Amino acid sequence: MKFDTPATTNPIDQLKIIGHATNRIDGPLKTTGRATYAYEWHDAGARPAYGYVVGSAIAKGRITSIDLSRAKAAPGVIAIVSAENAGKLGKGKYNTAKLLGGPEIDHYHQAVAVVVADTFEQARAAAQLVRVDYSAEKGSFDLSATRDGAAKPPGEGDEKAETAVGDFAGAFAAAPVQLDATYTTPDQSHAMMEPHASMAAWEGDKLTLWTSNQMIAWTTGDVAKTLGLPKENVRLVSPFIGGGFGGKLFLRSDAILAALGARAANRPVKVALQRPLIINNTTHRPATIQRIRIGATREGKISAIGHESWSGNLPEGSPETAVMQTRLLYAGENRMTALRLAMLDLPEGNSMRAPGEAPGMMALEIAMDEMAERLNLDPVEFRARNDTQVDPEHPDRPFSQRQLVECMRIGAERFGWSRRNAKPGGQRDGRWLVGMGMAAAFRNNLLMKSGARVRLDSSGTVTVETDMTDIGTGSYTIIAQTAAEMMGLPLDKVVVRLGDSSFPVSAGSGGQFGANNSTSGVYAACVKLREAVAQKLGFNSADVSFSDGQVSSGNQSVPLGQAAADSELVAEDSIEYGDLAKTHQQSTFGAHFVELGVDVATAEIRIRRMLAVCAAGRVLNPKTARSQVIGAMTMGVGAALMEELAVDKRTGFFVNHDLAGYEVPVHADIPHQETIFLDETDPMSSPMKAKGIGELGLCGVAAALANAVYNATGIRVRDYPITLDKLLHHMPDA
Amino acid sequence: MKSFTYEKANSPAAAAAAAAGSSNARFIAGGTNLLDLMKLEIETPSHLIDVNGLAFDKIEPTQEGGLRIGALVRNTALAADERIRRDYGLLSRALLSGASGQLRNKATTAGNLLQRTRCPYFYDTNQPCNKRTPGSGCAAIGGVTRQHAVLGSSESCIATHPSDMAIAMRALDATVETVRPDGTTRAIPIADLHRLPGETPHIETTLSAGELITSVTLPKPVGGTHIYRKVRDRASYAFALVSVGAIVQRDGTGRVAVGGVAHKPWRVEAAEAEMPRGAKAVATRLLDGARPTRDNSFKLALVERTLAAVLSEAKG
Repeated sequence: MKFDTPATTNPIDQLKIIGHATNRIDGPLKTTGRATYAYEWHDAGARPAYGYVVGSAIAKGRITSIDLSRAKAAPGVIAIVSAENAGKLGKGKYNTAKLLGGPEIDHYHQAVAVVVADTFEQARAAAQLVRVDYSAEKGSFDLSATRDGAAKPPGEGDEKAETAVGDFAGAFAAAPVQLDATYTTPDQSHAMMEPHASMAAWEGDKLTLWTSNQMIAWTTGDVAKTLGLPKENVRLVSPFIGGGFGGKLFLRSDAILAALGARAANRPVKVALQRPLIINNTTHRPATIQRIRIGATREGKISAIGHESWSGNLPEGSPETAVMQTRLLYAGENRMTALRLAMLDLPEGNSMRAPGEAPGMMALEIAMDEMAERLNLDPVEFRARNDTQVDPEHPDRPFSQRQLVECMRIGAERFGWSRRNAKPGGQRDGRWLVGMGMAAAFRNNLLMKSGARVRLDSSGTVTVETDMTDIGTGSYTIIAQTAAEMMGLPLDKVVVRLGDSSFPVSAGSGGQFGANNSTSGVYAACVKLREAVAQKLGFNSADVSFSDGQVSSGNQSVPLGQAAADSELVAEDSIEYGDLAKTHQQSTFGAHFVELGVDVATAEIRIRRMLAVCAAGRVLNPKTARSQVIGAMTMGVGAALMEELAVDKRTGFFVNHDLAGYEVPVHADIPHQETIFLDETDPMSSPMKAKGIGELGLCGVAAALANAVYNATGIRVRDYPITLDKLLHHMPDA
Repeated sequence: MKSFTYEKANSPAAAAAAAAGSSNARFIAGGTNLLDLMKLEIETPSHLIDVNGLAFDKIEPTQEGGLRIGALVRNTALAADERIRRDYGLLSRALLSGASGQLRNKATTAGNLLQRTRCPYFYDTNQPCNKRTPGSGCAAIGGVTRQHAVLGSSESCIATHPSDMAIAMRALDATVETVRPDGTTRAIPIADLHRLPGETPHIETTLSAGELITSVTLPKPVGGTHIYRKVRDRASYAFALVSVGAIVQRDGTGRVAVGGVAHKPWRVEAAEAEMPRGAKAVATRLLDGARPTRDNSFKLALVERTLAAVLSEAKG
């Protein structure tokens, strides 16, 4: 189905099932331990052996020798695979560094071998007997030190490295009120609960991988490319995923090493990356240095806005696109943005939840707060004065929907923003300095082709098959809701099967594009199934209706299953998009509000309450959408207050590479969280009229906290995370 | 994890003798730290002596009016004990600020005292560490050191001791009771149990080979207001950046021990004499000789400010 004109009324608009708060249909499987995760396919084939990954002990250089003699002789060892005996390996389209290093080493903890043994414990013990000698080389590990040598990265369209409109330099210089400030965001880790894990089994030259992966088609292709197999010889199965946040968008070493290990051992092999390896072995969100300049009239109209961002990556890696939102969020006639990319020998930087906008909004939304203060304007009012209903770089492109001002106004009202004391450091509650902060939320809505197959059986049950994944987001449930709404069925008459490369290719889970696109693909398939049903029953498809398990036309009404009485009816289709995203800018908007306390003695920051207001198209399931947003708000708390991969700049690795050292929020850090979804449908986005929300909930949160810390203390911290050591020396006497 | 042999001890002396008879044995009770370290091959004992069956799981009154805490009393039970909560509130509060409910259910009194540092370089076997591999060097010095020691450190090691409980025990003047392989017992003042790193950071306590902690005794209650203030980036389940354990009497005198700053609980009796004069005076004496790094120099101000807050809270 080609979606190239705005959606009109369609069966989804009935909202009998779509739009209702619905429990996850996969919830009982998860709460009873019956959802099978990648490492748990105990009964899928022959008894698996276990692989344990050896990571490089240096960040850059060469392996001079590998001595496997002791490891090979260890109890239970079946095979050891390293670059020496792995055969020729390609590199995946979506990978920057090789997944099996050697002899060249590209980053710390790059896999250099996998030891396969009869038990996990044997593999682990033997892995520690692998003796690798290295010749280390000097590497580049410090973004701030390499900033001046950073280059303009390649990139086209939305990804282009530079944009400019009007005369930024002149307008900024002439502006009566100016801000020129630099902000930094650290390297961050996805830190999902389930480690990267895979089980591989070969049948001849056909490979099956049970894995934990967000993007089945991308990864199937990259497995084939890396191993030199025809794509049709690779099957990926990934029905349940214990968190991803972008860390599982790509093929990673667990899957390739399981495949290589299984081939060498002639037996299925399981590999789970050990927790201390994950952070340096896999991808992370790269650190940024961001310079923001804003010039405004005394009335608070932005006349010039400029945003430059520096990040680093391995050769062939991409920049963190932290200036993307600044191209679209606020008005201003004179504008510039620029990305610069430095070469670093740290592990591979890549997507993490809301790549670009998450760190970009961390900086931009502090800058807006600083500017509002200089203008003596309320931060909500300043943002509202600079709202734009068109793409400010291309004024002929209107936003399809933009309710940013509504989000801020409703949020301010609901949160009691008027009680904020605009004077920093002016609010005391016992030992706490109390402050409020807000920030806008912004994340683009991405349209991706997405397919699905639907099957109707004689009992009237519809089964949906798509390679879409559910990374804890609720995909199973919203897909079931979509099929149920389209086919006029109750939810329990829909079966959803996901995450299998033998199913039609979907958008996958990433970039908050999963919900809208994958359900639209199911919509398209269901439209075909409705036609097939009507045809089978001899109904005129123009006036047929599907409701309460019945198919009706005129005064005829029969049970849906009757259409499949003699044989199953199968329909398959994809949603494909025309030019609507070119003619109209599609983005999602919101506003975050935070109240927190800063301990006057220790400068510890403890949050009191949080509110997010979101305008992101039709909300398909308010319950799973709320879970997405409060989870994102929690992640934003981590970004604001504690998350930082600490770089050892001498030897080039992230030192705090486990969950004790890399702190993320715990329950005690998270107070009352409230979410509000504005009533919105976006006919430009898809037949579902929905957009993404899982990343919107993150964008802006950290800045709202930073602004609240400023409001509480009068201390402006521009380097994340905002830890107490950055406040302590400026705090008033207790 | 390397292969190891295992036995269940049936008497304290037998446990100590078994440990002395093996070149590389460890006692195991809760195992909350040891097992993690064994999986990473930071600890590689060839023999484990399980002491869980020994009868050291009670809290009993002493003739001196204090309490004897069995070495195997779990952190949860100790923190919840009515006598501890009433007379040694500092200890209960320190325990409850540490780890998680699940870990406290397993972790024992002796094991808590003997837990090892959380220095990330100690945990990464690719990195040199004088504590893990004596003589290999210290990767932490010059590296990422926000969590590390500011007091009592050496050119060989700047690790901290991570225990909250030990800070309270130090302020309470606890005594550690042990049995040695020859069956003799001794009592070690808590101040003398942990060592500073010096040139031998791998030797962390004054216990001799095979010596087994059987109990920790607390002297008669000293009254006063008991406050344990743990400062950290997140609200729970994190090691202290600094912690202050204080007992403050009505007249402003008292005791204070500090955590997160050294290789052992840090208490300077001479500094306590300054308590009536306030936090600044105490901190000046307490932090005398501090050698912070660029990453952790904030701990000095943090100790003083936290102490000021604690003394102010004690005044009510």
